[in-house]
Amino acid sequence: MATAVEDKPGERQSPLSDAVVVRFAGDSGDGMQLTGGQFTLSSALAGNDFATFPDFPAEIRAPQGTLFGVSAFQINFGSSAIETAGDAPDVLVAMNPAALKTNVPQLKQGGLIIADEGEFNDRNLAKAKYDANPLEDGSLAKWQLLKLNISQLTMDAVKPFGLGNKEALRCKNMWTLGLSLWMFDRDRQPLIDWLNGKFAKDPNLAAANVAALNAGHAYGETAELAGPLKQHHVDPAPVAPGLYRTLTGAEGIALGLVAGAQLAKLPMFFGGYPITPASAILHHLSRLKEYDVTTFQAEDEIAAICSAIGASYGGSLGVTSSSGPGIALKGEAMGLAIMTELPLVIVNSQRGGPSTGLPTKTEQSDLYQAVYGRNGDAPMPVISARSPGDAFECAIEAVRIAVQYMTPVMLLTDGYIANAAEPWAVPDLTSYEDFPVEFLTEVPEGGFKPYGRDEKLARPWVKPGTPGLLHRIGGIEKEVDTGHINYAPANHQAMTDIRKDKIDGIKVPGQVVELGAEGGKLAVVGWGSTFGPIHQAVRRKRAEGKDVSHVHIRHIWPLPANLGELLKSYDKVIVPEMNTGQLKTVLRDQYLVDAKPVNKVSGQPFTIAEIEAAIEEALK
Amino acid sequence: MNEMTTIAKPTTTLKDWETDQEVRWCPGCGDYAILKAVQRTMPEIGTAPENTVFISGIGCSSRFPYYMETYGFHTIHGRAPAFATGLKLANPGLDIWIVTGDGDGLSIGGNHTMHLIRRNLDCQIMLFNNEIYGLTKGQYSPTSRVGTSSPSTPYGSVDRPAQPAAFALGAGARFVARGFDVSKKLPEVLKAAHAHKGAAFIEIFQNCIVYNKDVFEDFAAPKGAEDRQLWLENGEPMLFAKGTKGIALDSEELHLKVVDVVDGDWQSAGVIVHDVTNRSVAHMLVEMRFGEFPMALGVLYDDPRPTFEADVWRQNKAASEGKTADLQGLLKKGQTWTVTEGGPEL
Repeated sequence: MATAVEDKPGERQSPLSDAVVVRFAGDSGDGMQLTGGQFTLSSALAGNDFATFPDFPAEIRAPQGTLFGVSAFQINFGSSAIETAGDAPDVLVAMNPAALKTNVPQLKQGGLIIADEGEFNDRNLAKAKYDANPLEDGSLAKWQLLKLNISQLTMDAVKPFGLGNKEALRCKNMWTLGLSLWMFDRDRQPLIDWLNGKFAKDPNLAAANVAALNAGHAYGETAELAGPLKQHHVDPAPVAPGLYRTLTGAEGIALGLVAGAQLAKLPMFFGGYPITPASAILHHLSRLKEYDVTTFQAEDEIAAICSAIGASYGGSLGVTSSSGPGIALKGEAMGLAIMTELPLVIVNSQRGGPSTGLPTKTEQSDLYQAVYGRNGDAPMPVISARSPGDAFECAIEAVRIAVQYMTPVMLLTDGYIANAAEPWAVPDLTSYEDFPVEFLTEVPEGGFKPYGRDEKLARPWVKPGTPGLLHRIGGIEKEVDTGHINYAPANHQAMTDIRKDKIDGIKVPGQVVELGAEGGKLAVVGWGSTFGPIHQAVRRKRAEGKDVSHVHIRHIWPLPANLGELLKSYDKVIVPEMNTGQLKTVLRDQYLVDAKPVNKVSGQPFTIAEIEAAIEEALK
Repeated sequence: MNEMTTIAKPTTTLKDWETDQEVRWCPGCGDYAILKAVQRTMPEIGTAPENTVFISGIGCSSRFPYYMETYGFHTIHGRAPAFATGLKLANPGLDIWIVTGDGDGLSIGGNHTMHLIRRNLDCQIMLFNNEIYGLTKGQYSPTSRVGTSSPSTPYGSVDRPAQPAAFALGAGARFVARGFDVSKKLPEVLKAAHAHKGAAFIEIFQNCIVYNKDVFEDFAAPKGAEDRQLWLENGEPMLFAKGTKGIALDSEELHLKVVDVVDGDWQSAGVIVHDVTNRSVAHMLVEMRFGEFPMALGVLYDDPRPTFEADVWRQNKAASEGKTADLQGLLKKGQTWTVTEGGPEL
């Protein structure tokens, strides 16, 4: 069982830059996501700021040792503010030849490769399409190479526990994690506690994993390698005192929706259908029944949104969630929610498209779909989250707009935000202003008008079951005020105008400048998960004295009232997006500004360097 | 969650269930008769209009909610069951009626019909089967007979029709009934459907006077109806033609057969006594081919099981037992650390 562990932080440490990027890469069965996740936790406990990037194949268990079966987890941690998962890794842990081959090109020159040479046999080299063993042929000369037979070392460490060969080798990731913990001067005890909890039903397996972890750590401590393996200590990042936790985007959305429903004093109904990368939201919410949350796994995407609209009609907060292809299927029902003016939150965790596209990779290419993608003149508010923590805030905002304006609202996030984790200062919920919904329960003065309107142009919300307010709604054009079927030309004009005016009139906060100043030579305008690389790139360029500012848009529709004037106050505007220029088009259309696109659609997030290059180019 | 609405037993008349909206079906459409039958049935059921919701998809039948003085939701094509599911889960106290047609419920919405029945959501599904697309002007439908000539099948349809009642039973229905638009017995069928707790599927043959006129006349015409209609009554022998014929089981070939009944002695003719809970016989009844057999009408099968919404609410309640909805506590869940002036700690 677990032995007492006394690590002495601060001894034998080498100075290092204020941030380090480590990439764990292995076969999709090697447990790299788990290794990365636990290393993330240890970084949090060490007080580092961090950002992570899980990068895994769409196949659940791709054939072993193949190039397309490589699963990687990247973490950037440091003692200053971290906003991206880092450009080029400083350290690459490669568990087999395929992992090395697919990941080593990104490694910083002079960076460290830790390779499990036990896996570099002829068979695996052939699968990775290596003609010669790269660990032997000098092809890795521009990096520091550390070859360890991790497989054998792990087998030796877990020998006393009598595991089978396969089971024993599965402890490799813990050996690697142990070594990584030593390298970065991390406390092992939380990981040991976690392992004992995880394998509580099989104490022998828990002990074997702990032994592997300790062996990896001990290896670092005692090997006395003269070469690259030195212990580093990354100082804690200066952060505000308070309670912190790690938060993924999916968790941020789920918790924000629950918070939003509570602030609106409504039960929540979530209709979903499994789809990558949105399913995690359904999973999280399914466990929160005591928060008045009902989750429903529908028979398809259409039924998921229709059931949510049905629940909203019944007086619950209806929510549905999907990713691009599923959102496409929901389009007709969104139109009905617009026509019947019922509140609804639609979460789109964007992924690479079109069609099935790249299910596990990130992209921001559903902005057109969100803003324009319905039949008829069908305006709908669109909000985009920039990070996991921001997803919490955006979910609350989406709920608020939905119930106050009686409208469906789309909340955009993406695969990168959904899976990535960041440290999150747990907010104090009492600091949020509630917005309790008032259902109409009695005939108001002047009579009941199902499509009568308040000052926000919102119609009343009446729950079926309410005596005296019986009425019918539907997708056919409604008559002004009464809501009866009406095909008259003037009525359709009036209703179309009202629907547009209602959405245009939604009060959204004024656009702020994230970094820099109002007006100047260049604005870098972003939305969603590109926040990190844009922010860092602008910060670096400003540190070099460049006149560049960062503007990041949360409210995609309606846009903030001051945005047009703000954009016109810069000589140039560039818009980095993980698509072929969608926000750029909207900005050009709305404000006649000469916004220039900076596009990337590789399924990978922007690197800071790429944005820096775009800034340089724009300032030429 | 919303409070469960308790259904009172109010006294209403047919008039209380009529809206002020002009009914806009073609003159002579079977929908008029069904509408009246429903409005006549509601006071007898003794439910309150405000606790009643009619939900429809798209098609001629789907205009139905506009004419019922209840809550009503005219949704999108084929999806009424999905809206009903969300609404019923949000408020199980509501009495939900789904109005659909052969195109809406079996073609574009077949998937949702199947899953609603499989889950056994407590509601009534009235499927108006007129074997044609009326609202889009006469194309053949999934229940049209082979050879149906229509604008989209000028040389006759070649695909075999779906059988709504067989489809419902195959999807796991616990209540299957049949009636037709102008039948005097339709209110009784509707009442039985309402009394059934769970998804109650009612196939209502409906005459489309414009595009598929009198397609059901072979069994629905008053003249000779006795010989062509088998009205099923629980606990009663399956007799028709004024008691001179009955339905028996060919126990060697395992199928139903028509037998002659002499002097009312149906027992010796082997006529089956209808047991609405007998699922095996129900499977044979829904498959009975008209022509060789009379048209089986009335309640073919009725054997309730726990409903979906009740199970969901039960599970939600059980999973919440002993837990408080402390969201601030939830935010702090998992592995957290506190940053103080001195640095982070667990």
